[in-house]
Amino acid sequence: MPRKVVITGLGATTPIGGDVPTMWANSLKGVSGARTIEADWVQKYELPVTFAAQATTPASEVLSRVEAKRMDPSTQFAVIASREAWRDSGIEDIDHDRLAVAFATGIGGVWTLLDAWDTLQAKGPRRVLPMTVPMLMPNGPAAAVSLDLGARAGAHTPVSACASGTEALHLGLDLIRSGKADVVMCGGAEAAIHPMPIAAFASMQALSRRNDEPELASRPYDIARNGFVMGEGAGALVIEAEEHALARGARIYGELAGTSVTADAYHITAPDPGGLGATRALKAALFDARVQASDVVHVNAHATSTPVGDKPEYVALKAALGSHLDSVAVSATKSQTGHLLGASGAVEAVMTVLAVYERTVPVTINLDNQDPEIPLDVVTSERTLPSGDIVAISNSFGFGGHNAVIAVKNV
Amino acid sequence: MASNEEILAGLAEIVNEETGLAPESVEMDKSFTDDLDIDSISMMTIVVNAEEKFGVRIPDEEVKNLKTVGDAVNFIAGAQS
Repeated sequence: MPRKVVITGLGATTPIGGDVPTMWANSLKGVSGARTIEADWVQKYELPVTFAAQATTPASEVLSRVEAKRMDPSTQFAVIASREAWRDSGIEDIDHDRLAVAFATGIGGVWTLLDAWDTLQAKGPRRVLPMTVPMLMPNGPAAAVSLDLGARAGAHTPVSACASGTEALHLGLDLIRSGKADVVMCGGAEAAIHPMPIAAFASMQALSRRNDEPELASRPYDIARNGFVMGEGAGALVIEAEEHALARGARIYGELAGTSVTADAYHITAPDPGGLGATRALKAALFDARVQASDVVHVNAHATSTPVGDKPEYVALKAALGSHLDSVAVSATKSQTGHLLGASGAVEAVMTVLAVYERTVPVTINLDNQDPEIPLDVVTSERTLPSGDIVAISNSFGFGGHNAVIAVKNV
Repeated sequence: MASNEEILAGLAEIVNEETGLAPESVEMDKSFTDDLDIDSISMMTIVVNAEEKFGVRIPDEEVKNLKTVGDAVNFIAGAQS
């Protein structure tokens, strides 16, 4: 039997709350984090999309000015969420050589990169700040978290677009099972609400353009869905070898029972319409967790609200869970948070863990007319999960054909 | 052209902005590395900001000679004259 791995600390900074208690309370109520962007660059570039789901708590309210100065916004979010998760874990005394970091991002330090490019053009090379490279590098969040916690068993950065945050948990589980670490700070961070990525995602027709009603724009599974809403923030989870957690009398939220990662090898951006790669990932995660499809009671779906993306996930869930899918409570929390790209898997993992721990699930908003081709049991109002042994899964899929799945069990 | 006192005050502001150190701790005889714990990356940021603030050029090869705050103040004063 592999080492059992449990979740003992949670952290988040998101468009529906700057910490876990706020985010969780809002996710059960059903609120939208999407707003019109109040920045002069929206008009300046005549962006086709004028709204996004921005983090509710500015990093400047949490970090000192000097700390923030040396971090790209994505790293700021990572440090904020990981500090909350670390405090929440209650870990005080630890062998730092046995503490690792697996902190993902989809895009990396895009604000830093493009600010430096603007500076180079306007003022020349001398004015490009010496901190530019460590701030723009995609391993910046993992490196900063490692430095902040004194984590010396390795600092890793899984990068698989919008599957990155979930892949961080996959990697973290592996690090503990293989004996390379006893505790891992896992997570994902993203800060890409910048005119260039907005223009680029809009150019590929991925974003909703419901500019007049931002809060109604993210509507997974609804017949009128027309694209995703850019989100930003970070999620963080302290995962720990069970014996390590028990020895210190830790509060245990649940077991990270199984994970998996597969690749479609089908198309660089389009999901395989048959959902084959996602199906294999789902089955592999259940196998890894040593559970049956019939044990699954809740799915936190990837469900980004794009016309082409939501259905293949349903097809994959149907293939992996069969008729049992009819009795699974499905939540599409991006309806509230928007799509946090490389952070989405981590934030949704936090919600999935809390759903198992609290036995209640976040709601899906904006589902007015459910797409008849996606007959899922979508949770739109307060719903509790059954007593006894339960399993919840969270899916993430990324451009490049990446599929990542985690399975969480109660303890 | 600024007096040495004005340059010191301006430099202290730049150091505070970069490192959070109290401006009054930035004194003429303080070593950037040993007393103020300023690393090479922060030092380069301070140098570039000082160039802009005081309208001078501080060549890269000169930066290693600026061991104390006083060295920097004197260099800037000399470069301005």
